[in-house]
Amino acid sequence: MGLLSKKDTKLILDPLADDNPITIQVLGICSALAITAQLKPSIVMAISVIFVLGIGNVVISLMRNIIPSKIRIIVQLIVVATLVIIVDQVLKAFAYELSKELSVFIGLIITNCIIMGRFEAFALGNGPWRSFLDGVGNALGYGVILIIVGFFRELLGSGTLFGFKVLGDSVEKTGLYAIGYENNGFMVLPPMALIVVGIIIWIQRSRNKALIEEN
Amino acid sequence: MLEHIELFFKSIFVDNMVFAYFLGMCSYLAVSKKVSTAVGLGAAVIFVLMVTVPLNWFLDQYILQEGALAWLDGNRETPELSKYADYDLSFLSFILFIATIATMVQLVEIIVEKFSPSLYNSLGIFLPLIAVNCAILGGSLFMQSREIETAGLALNYGISSGIGWFIAIVAIAAIREKIRYSNVPAPLRGLGITFIITGLMASGFMSFGGMLTGGDEETTKTDAVKTVETPVEENKIESDNETAQVVVSENN
Repeated sequence: MGLLSKKDTKLILDPLADDNPITIQVLGICSALAITAQLKPSIVMAISVIFVLGIGNVVISLMRNIIPSKIRIIVQLIVVATLVIIVDQVLKAFAYELSKELSVFIGLIITNCIIMGRFEAFALGNGPWRSFLDGVGNALGYGVILIIVGFFRELLGSGTLFGFKVLGDSVEKTGLYAIGYENNGFMVLPPMALIVVGIIIWIQRSRNKALIEEN
Repeated sequence: MLEHIELFFKSIFVDNMVFAYFLGMCSYLAVSKKVSTAVGLGAAVIFVLMVTVPLNWFLDQYILQEGALAWLDGNRETPELSKYADYDLSFLSFILFIATIATMVQLVEIIVEKFSPSLYNSLGIFLPLIAVNCAILGGSLFMQSREIETAGLALNYGISSGIGWFIAIVAIAAIREKIRYSNVPAPLRGLGITFIITGLMASGFMSFGGMLTGGDEETTKTDAVKTVETPVEENKIESDNETAQVVVSENN
């Protein structure tokens, strides 16, 4: 990474694992769980958040010296809301079906705590370029978890990936289904999203003991 | 009257904000370590939802929807005659809703501080947290996408989904207080076990789904039973929002 200094690289890479917004900072859970029953909406959501958080961080960082601190929350909300409206309109124009699937959850990017959290914690105190990297890094960390959860839920729940029947046809009993494999219908229901994220947290913390919490 | 009761129980149990849609999870996880603080935040959420959902309902009905501006030239009853009939401002709903919510939270904070210092002391610290609680914005967005018909129903929806959220956070706080005395595997402690417990609670709440058929008279009992056997989240994702809610509430 010739373009980025060591410190900048850290900004991008840290949120991917040891400072992950979902599993460590506990931010942005709401949307992460609701739309991960399939892989495709998860990826669209991840891209939307990368866009909103990257640009939003830059905007807030550029304005950081002129925002009165008393009304900063509302200023931040307006910036996010504007960006989210752009995302929503773009999705409606180019991927209408998908925007129907995601329904209110695109709108809920506004109240995604990752975004407000990064604005407060980083963009208000740092320059635009570093804020941009921080925003993209955190959104990537969020996206990685979304994609992992979406991958397992779609694969185990419906036996498909992106809608392709990778495990064979469950009706005609081909592929894995020929030897008696069954889809786990519970995987596509809401509770399993929570349990899958719980298991990811479990695995991550058993690999890195420093992250273990007190009771 | 019947539709009020139906909506009330449906919003609390079947379409529970936390367990069915994961709304407000951030504060749900962060503020659920003690029952007393959970009660405070839960009460604040009920209160703010009660104020913002009906308010946003009026904004939606009189400004945002397609043809909603017809009252400007006195054609509220016959919108097609109005010269504003083609105006559709619904793309502005995010920004308007969130502005309403942020302002209301600020306003509520000031009013409560002025008139009831004791309530302010118990709610006060949670109120700023609430502006960015997804349950609040989610309440307004669901109100819009479900096309709730009257202001009374919108008020009902706000209160009852707030109560659903309240129940969820108080329940998890009580469990977390008890779990301190159990020997949880070290890497699961704290966040991990909370996630898994919430998952189990959510699957428990799914059993309420059989209680009501979602207020849809066309669906007969046999239909509801049939769909229970097939995994339905797929239908939810694929079909449009309107039918999705019916399907989900039948099957949860």
